Parts: sequence; C-alpha cells; structure tokens
Amino acid sequence: MIEVRKLIKRFGLKYVLRGLDFEVEQGEFVALIGPNGAGKTTFLRILSSLSRPSMGEVMLAGYRLPHQAAAVRSQLGVLSHQPLLYGDLSAEENLTFFGRMYAVSDLETRIGEVLELVGLKKRRRDLVRTFSRGMQQRLAIGRSVIHDPQILLLDEPYTGLDQDASSMLDDVLKAVTAEGRTVVMTSHDLARAADLASRFDILSRGVIAASALHADIPPDGLLAFYRRTINQEEEPALVS
Amino acid sequence: MSVKSTSVKPITARAPSFLQAVGAVVRKDLASEFRSRELLSAMFLFALLVILIFNFALELNARERGEITAGVLWVTFVFAGQLGLNRSMAIEKDRNCLDGLLLAPVDRSAIYFGKMLANLLFMLIVEAIVLPIYSILYNVNLFHPGLILVIILGSLGYVTIGTLLATMAVYARTRDILLPILLFPVVVPLLIAAVRASSAFLQNLSMEFVWPSLNLLIVFNLIFIAVSYMTFDFIVEE
Repeated sequence: MIEVRKLIKRFGLKYVLRGLDFEVEQGEFVALIGPNGAGKTTFLRILSSLSRPSMGEVMLAGYRLPHQAAAVRSQLGVLSHQPLLYGDLSAEENLTFFGRMYAVSDLETRIGEVLELVGLKKRRRDLVRTFSRGMQQRLAIGRSVIHDPQILLLDEPYTGLDQDASSMLDDVLKAVTAEGRTVVMTSHDLARAADLASRFDILSRGVIAASALHADIPPDGLLAFYRRTINQEEEPALVS
Repeated sequence: MSVKSTSVKPITARAPSFLQAVGAVVRKDLASEFRSRELLSAMFLFALLVILIFNFALELNARERGEITAGVLWVTFVFAGQLGLNRSMAIEKDRNCLDGLLLAPVDRSAIYFGKMLANLLFMLIVEAIVLPIYSILYNVNLFHPGLILVIILGSLGYVTIGTLLATMAVYARTRDILLPILLFPVVVPLLIAAVRASSAFLQNLSMEFVWPSLNLLIVFNLIFIAVSYMTFDFIVEE
C-alpha cells in the first residue's frame, strides 16, 4: 500500500531523510517512533504530498508522488496534533466543507455517521472555537476519515490531550482502523504505540534503523527495543 | 531498486471538479466571514477613516474634488484591500488550516481561485458601501457605469496578485510588513491605469481617452491571472 525507496529530503545543506526505505502492506498499523529531529514529521509530510522529496521514489495506493499527488491525496486521511479546522465554523460546517473538497457522495448522511463515530453529534451546530482541545481533536479525526480514506497518516495525534481525551482518541482510532485501513502513526508515547500498532519502525538519523512486528516484541519490551536501537545508532557518532 | 508501479493496483480516486472545489472554498470563506465579520468590519472602518481624513485634510472646491476623487478612491480601496488580503490568508495559517486545504485531492489552483474570488467579493462589498458615503461627503456623483466597470477590473487585478503574494507572505514571521512591501510595487502600473480610467469616466472624457487605460487594466488582469495560476502550486509546496 505504501512503498518508499531511497528517499532523500534536504533543506538547503541539511539532510533530514538520508535514503529511507519503507514498505507497508494493506491493513498494517505501523508506529513510527524516534527521537526529536529524526525526520518523522518530514517523512509524513512527504507521504501526504505536502512536501516534495529531494530524491527517491514514493508510491501510495498505487499512485506515484509527486506526479499523481491529487490521486494520492484522495486516498489519504491526515491527522496531526493541530486539528486543521476552522474555528468560526461549526462542527457540521467544517465537515461539510471538507466533504465537498473530497466529493463525498450523500454528504449529509456521511456527516451524521462521522459525528456519531467521534461522539460529537450533540455538538454538531456549535462553533469549533468553543470546543476543548480533546473535542477539536475528535472532530479532526472525523475530518480525516470523512472521505473514507484507505490510508491514515497520524502525526503525534495525542499531543496536548488529557487522559480522558486520549482514551477517547484510542477508542476512535481502534474503530476507524478495525475496518482494514492502513495506518502510519508517529508517536513519542511508546505505551500507546505498543497498544495500537501491529509493527514498530524506529526512525533515526533519517533512515529506518530497526523494524519489529508486535508479535516479536515481548510485553513491555518496546522501550528496551527502542533504547537498544537508538543507542546502537548513537555509538558511532560518539566514537567519531 | 525502483518501485514497481504494478505492485499495488491503483484505487479509483474521487475528487471534486475544479469548479466544485472553487465553490467550496468561496462558500467556506463567506460562511466564516459572515459569522466573525472580522475582515469586512476592519476593511470598512479603515476605508471610512481614510475618506474622512482626506475630507478634512484637503479643503477642496467643487472642481478640485472632481479631479482628486479617482486618486482618493483608489488609495482607500488599495489600503483597505491590503488589510483584507493579509487577514484572509492569516486565517488559513493561524490554525494551520492551509495544510488541511492543501491535502484535498484537487488542483491547487482551485484553492487559489477560491480564495481570490472570496477576497474579490469582500473587496467589492466594502467598495459598494464606501462609494455612496464618498458621494455624500464629497458631493460627487460616482454612479457612472464606466467607473463601476473600472472598479471591478481594478479590484480583480489587485486581489489576483494580492492573494498570490499574501500566500507567499503568510509563511514569513513578518507577514504583516512583508505583504505591502511585495504588493505595492507590483500593483503600481495597475493602479495608475485604474486611476486614469476612473478619472476619465468621472470627467466625462470621450472613450478615446479611456481605452488605453482600460486596455492596460485588462492586460494586467490577464497577466496576473496567468502568473498566479502557474505559480501557486510552487508557492505552497515545501
């Protein structure tokens, strides 16, 4: 579903991604973890066609980036720590706008379903700027799945959420991913990643440094796997 | 190793038509603005203040008023319009909504034309309110079909290039300062043509005096639209 080969992204002289290879099968939930500055957000921005790769090949849902970007975007749902919603519009108006931008058929029914899914049906006519951070993030999930995308890209979706809002987001994510969607999520929250993902990829210094299936990691073993990988990565730098 | 294009069968994409996407952006901007009235009220108050200041600062007789009307009107429209352009893109950037827009499966120029048309509507609404107020304050009849045409053409050219430059400026920390610095030098030829054509209509000169400025306005509009259509995608992409 996602195939990335020898991806390089540089900003001026600074290389953020250094020949990254990455592959995700349909229905997989991949947690992309790594230290700050590893290139996780840059990588997701390239996958979502918001940023152009400097070199390398990127294919999503059978379409090639950047040449078939519009076709790729029609298959993508993107959720970041910012809700990307309009504060002066109501929950319903926001979903109506994004539904129109994705040519969603029978939009009214779909909006009802999505609001039900994210638990905001009773607040459908309220302005988004009156929502709490958790409610905005729930509506952002609704925005990202309004067009029933095949691939979900989640960039630190739990940032700034309290415990209740986080567990609500857990439930909603489990519901939307149970339908066979392919998910790539960046996160610093290893416990949450361990709970949700079927595979863990560690991104460090612009490449995938290690990858492991959920089944291959013992319970509570993700942190040890992460530390081992990051320390191995850092050792040569310390020697040099 | 290269990616095999046959490895995954492409899933049929759904996307709105160009016009549907333009319409969605315009409707969204209108709904948002008619709810908050941030942009229109700021533009209108600023325009009102400018014409009042000119009215008190310049003590003019009836003949002089007729001669300076075109200049005062366009100074008012340009400064009020710049406020609107800045705010229109800042709304998209403040909550990172621009990324949400750019994620839509549409030709990105549709987003540009949606924003541009919404900005044009806001500017025309303010102009429609300012014109009668100006007429009363300066005792000048501004309801001339030719002048209305020039105002529409001049505003179109102004927001066409203004929306593009506002999109460029919105990525900068100093966007409020950057937009006028980028915009005003570019629109000077358009403004000169607009002022000359407006002045000619207000002084009831024959069409042979109006056509050169009117042609220039039309040519500038075509150039600005073509440049914006071709470059918007590159401006918004990292």
